Amino acid sequence: MIQYIKDILSGIKNLLLGMKITMINFIRKPITECYPENRGVKVYSPRFRGELIMPHNANNEHKCTGCGICQMNCPNGTITVKTKQVEIGDGKTKKVLDQYLYDLGSCTFCGLCTMGCPQKAIVWSNNFEHSVYRREKLVNQLNREGSKQEEKKPVTPPTVEKKVEAPKAEETKDVNPNNQ
Amino acid sequence: MLELDNLVSNVHTGLMEALPHWAALTIEYILIGVLMLALYCVLALILIFLERKICARFQCRLGPNRVGPWGSLQLIADMVKILLKEIVKISKSDKILFFTALFLALIGSLCTFGALQFGKGLAGIDFNVGIFYVLAISSLGVVGILLAGWSSNNKYTLIGAMRSGAQLISYELSAGLSILTMMILAGSLNISDIINGQAHSWYIFQAPLPALVAFIIYLIAGHAETNRGPFDLPEAESELTAGYHTEYSGIQYGMFYLAEYLNMFIIAGIATTVFLGGWQPFQINADWAAGFNGVMSYIPSYIWFFGKAFMLVLLSLWVRWTFPRLRIDQLLHLEWKILMPISLVNMLVMAVWVVLFF
Ligand code: SF4
Ligand code: SF4
Repeated sequence: MIQYIKDILSGIKNLLLGMKITMINFIRKPITECYPENRGVKVYSPRFRGELIMPHNANNEHKCTGCGICQMNCPNGTITVKTKQVEIGDGKTKKVLDQYLYDLGSCTFCGLCTMGCPQKAIVWSNNFEHSVYRREKLVNQLNREGSKQEEKKPVTPPTVEKKVEAPKAEETKDVNPNNQ
Repeated sequence: MLELDNLVSNVHTGLMEALPHWAALTIEYILIGVLMLALYCVLALILIFLERKICARFQCRLGPNRVGPWGSLQLIADMVKILLKEIVKISKSDKILFFTALFLALIGSLCTFGALQFGKGLAGIDFNVGIFYVLAISSLGVVGILLAGWSSNNKYTLIGAMRSGAQLISYELSAGLSILTMMILAGSLNISDIINGQAHSWYIFQAPLPALVAFIIYLIAGHAETNRGPFDLPEAESELTAGYHTEYSGIQYGMFYLAEYLNMFIIAGIATTVFLGGWQPFQINADWAAGFNGVMSYIPSYIWFFGKAFMLVLLSLWVRWTFPRLRIDQLLHLEWKILMPISLVNMLVMAVWVVLFF
């Protein structure tokens, strides 16, 4: 009998506890976002992966060296890095980025491409309004027309081409003073 | 001032003078019938809208907010949609019972609805066994549900209907006992007498302990009778698709839906009538409170009734969106081993209370 009453009382207590929790949620502000209305007002988290972009600076320069790591990292074959050889004087040629093609339709937003990029040339933007009428329009070229690679003083001169030719000693000599 | 009883009696005397007795009565009956049906539908729309909005708030959402201001026209759109939907004919069902069932469910709730008193002088029907009639006719709904489940010739509907039958018959007991407890206090089964007996102080304040217990038990049992919230086993969508109304579509489903929401309001209405003074304003039975009582009486009676009823509806929504569904054995355990013994003891307490204090 005592157990019976105890059970009922504890049951009532627990039910009231549950009702208290739902009431707290009831008076809390709803978390629903009214999308088209809050366009441009709502601030998204910087980590939100909307779409891949390649930032360009004021001189229309990007940081991509065309190394192709992102293309290899991508599990879906979303990225195609097309490079070309250009003369840089002294009879030498250099591989530069020609077209950086990104197929939004097959991207899973896994982030392996941005994580692997040694130059941090590609980043995520917050734009999520991707819809287009034709599938072909999903394929975007990320580097702008006529853009070129940003000059980087310490890192860029020894590119892939040069590494092979440059003597090993010189490179280590360059690095050592910095380390010590 | 803002009361409608003068208007009602003026219409009545006007009709009686202008027409022969039988014609006046016929017109009045038709008028009341139409008004009741209109009120029934409007209330259902309001309740469904309220439920969607409030359920959304409990889940930290906004609810419907696209059609009309705050989504208020969403229900109209839904209603039009449900009216235009095809009524699927089930080839192996019992056609006659299949179509009768939903009307039984609807008639049960409509008849109960008609017996409520919405305000001073706003009663469709008033006779000496009002509460008894309400309790009896509201059980008609279970016949509709059982028939719906049986005639659909579908195992889900049958299981749902059987559960519903077991549930309704069990909880009818507690509901009846708690109403009976209050009838000991009221000393009458007439709804008008019950309401007038609460003019100075609502029954829940007249006998605080047993009335409060009876009130809570009635709310639980009534909630169970509407097949909603933690007691929605008959339509448990995760196990029985939709329970007894699985095979109904379009407007037929709409009728069950309507009856379900109105039953919620009816339970709130009966609880208001029996425990919270019906349309009587809140009064403090003391000399110093005369001014306060005057202000309270100034608020029209139908606002009091709907205000109280909607507060109880809110409570029922709160419960519905809080608790998980019970299992059938837990459901019966709750009724037969907890609510019913408490109701019986409570009835005894009430009887002693009435003998001692009145
Ligand atoms: S996010 Fe993943 S899938 Fe998308 S382009 Fe980068 S590596 Fe490929
Ligand atoms: S985006 Fe980065 S990883 Fe991809 S090709 Fe350019 S530099 Fe290499």
